[in-house]
Amino acid sequence: MKKKFKLVDLDCANCAAKMEEAIKKIDGVTDASVSFMTQKMMIEADDAVFDQVVEEAVKCIAKVEPDCKVILK
Amino acid sequence: MGSLTKKQRKDLTRIIISLIIFTALMIAEHTGLIPHAHSGAPAVIIAYLVPYFLVGYDVIRKCFLGIAHGQWFDECFLMTLATVGAFGCGEFEEAVAVMLFYQIGEFFQSYAVGKSRGAITDLMSIAPDFANREDEDGSVEVIDPDDIEAGDILIIKPGEKIPTDGTVIEGEGLINTAALTGESMPRSVAAGDQVISGCINGENLLRIRADKDYDDSTVMQILEMVENAASKKSKTENFITRFAHYYTPAVVIGAVVLAFLPPLISGDFTGEFSKWLLRACTFLVISCPCALVISVPLAFFGGIGAASKHGVLVKGSNYLEMMANLDTLVSDKTGTLTEGKFRVSRILPAEGASEAEILRYAAAAESGSTHPIGSTIVAACSDPFLPSEISNEVNYAGKGISARVAGADILVGNRGFMEDNCIDLPDTAAAAGTSCFVAKDGAYIGTIIVEDMPKPEAAEAVRAILASGVKKFVMLTGDSESTAKAVADMLGITEYRAGLLPQDKVTIVEELLRDCGNGEDPKRKLGFIGDGINDAPVLSRADAGIAMGSLGSDAAIEAADVVIMDDNLLRIPQVISIARKTIGISKTNIVFALFVKFSCLILGALGIANMWAAVFADVGVAVICILNSMRMIVRKQM
Repeated sequence: MKKKFKLVDLDCANCAAKMEEAIKKIDGVTDASVSFMTQKMMIEADDAVFDQVVEEAVKCIAKVEPDCKVILK
Repeated sequence: MGSLTKKQRKDLTRIIISLIIFTALMIAEHTGLIPHAHSGAPAVIIAYLVPYFLVGYDVIRKCFLGIAHGQWFDECFLMTLATVGAFGCGEFEEAVAVMLFYQIGEFFQSYAVGKSRGAITDLMSIAPDFANREDEDGSVEVIDPDDIEAGDILIIKPGEKIPTDGTVIEGEGLINTAALTGESMPRSVAAGDQVISGCINGENLLRIRADKDYDDSTVMQILEMVENAASKKSKTENFITRFAHYYTPAVVIGAVVLAFLPPLISGDFTGEFSKWLLRACTFLVISCPCALVISVPLAFFGGIGAASKHGVLVKGSNYLEMMANLDTLVSDKTGTLTEGKFRVSRILPAEGASEAEILRYAAAAESGSTHPIGSTIVAACSDPFLPSEISNEVNYAGKGISARVAGADILVGNRGFMEDNCIDLPDTAAAAGTSCFVAKDGAYIGTIIVEDMPKPEAAEAVRAILASGVKKFVMLTGDSESTAKAVADMLGITEYRAGLLPQDKVTIVEELLRDCGNGEDPKRKLGFIGDGINDAPVLSRADAGIAMGSLGSDAAIEAADVVIMDDNLLRIPQVISIARKTIGISKTNIVFALFVKFSCLILGALGIANMWAAVFADVGVAVICILNSMRMIVRKQM
């Protein structure tokens, strides 16, 4: 499954690169990208663990940039 | 600056207040109103701490949060360490100034990025906000475009966006496709015509039936693609991200060495130490990687935005990079370089016959024909015989037709057909297109040449493509050698391959891929231009697959890497120019950022550049890179 999320207050380009790297390392993630320019995050992961992966990803983002919020729909 | 977000406005207020306090303190100190900061008077120290915390509290907070989360080398940590170090050395002014300028820079950076992001979202503002659905009882309801289902009847008022792809059932008028194609000429539509979402309706009311759900509409596909484009990173982009990954820790280690090594060597940990510590702090400020990391994606984002403004969708930064490095461009002929429609291009009458007569008889003989050349001749005739005057039509497959027209025996067909019927033909050189010989009562009266004409802009486009640095332009076609040669000559193409079967095209493209850049330079790329309908395998095989005239064609949008929405070949040199420009800007950005950073590192180590210069090296460079990238978007004409 592939899903996109909007990010709010993602202020630094290097942070986006760090987030992307961290999210790609989560178990079950096949592909991920965090775009500083569009302020969006894309996660592609196995269906079975998708919700867990997203939860993990949100934690990764909070670690890199505490002010950045993920809009979960 | 009315478009600031809430956070930006808050930051701006903080920056201004701190700046006022800081300036006041500096003036007071230099005029001797308050003791010099170096005196260490507690009141002065506190006075400097006020603007420091006011402007930098969020940086300090993030620094501690970062440490708690195990994210050490982020900007906030580096800035905090550097300023605290400066305070430790008694350089209060520097500490406050660095934090202040860092925040000013960050503010501009966020403002400029927001602006350029806005500029691009504006370009892509093709998504409809609402739709008017007509219910079964005839009442009209305003609904969210998401709720549109295929089969719904929609009302489009003048000036409104067409929300989903559909067919006009009532009304006629002009629609503006500029947002999708960059084409300023409106297109006229009437009942029965297909319309595409994202176009703007002109003066008249249209009633359409939705052919697709909103999620499958052209607009949604395009938006999806543009958003995904940002995630397909170019090589330059990957390089700079990897570079930043090593850059920051390396500079931090450099800072530690700088702080401790010289005092260790000299054994003097008192006076000299604070001097070296301050230089190390300068290093820390320079080590922030953001200017580097932002410099490249922003340029590519601008390039993709600029291309979309011209009705060209580039599916990723990497494809923009390939367009800039094109060495060989291979093009399909029919429908790409040519109109893809047959036309009667010339009529060559024999002695004593008129063009109109030849066309009239040929059209009559072909009137029942389903062959594309036959129907072209029929369509070209404005003054046909009545059906009652035509009889005894016999079709000789692959050769021609015989018929009796208004009392005369007419033969229309190829050379072989004429020879079979013992008609004497003049010796003519093989011309471009297809020759249809016409005979009346056993005598040759003339030849009609039916041709697929090159697009009017094709020759100019080929010239512009070759002028833009593409070394080789190769035309592929399934047509005969003579037709291919004629078109190639007309367009100034020196290399072509004729008589190809569809599968041959893939083989030839693979061959050319090997030859590309003479095999010496793997950076030289091959592009393929096709209509996207039957070229899908070749499109995906080429480094950059370019699909033409793809508005509304899902298959083309799927298979190609670069999608040209309208049918204009001149878009290709435009995209190449945009791509080159983008690569140029991103390279300038990288070189500039690295140059300034490394100069500051060297000057900082020698004690020539102070922390002020370092702050410029960090945020100043980022802002300049942003402004440089924005040139891409702002440029009106390409």
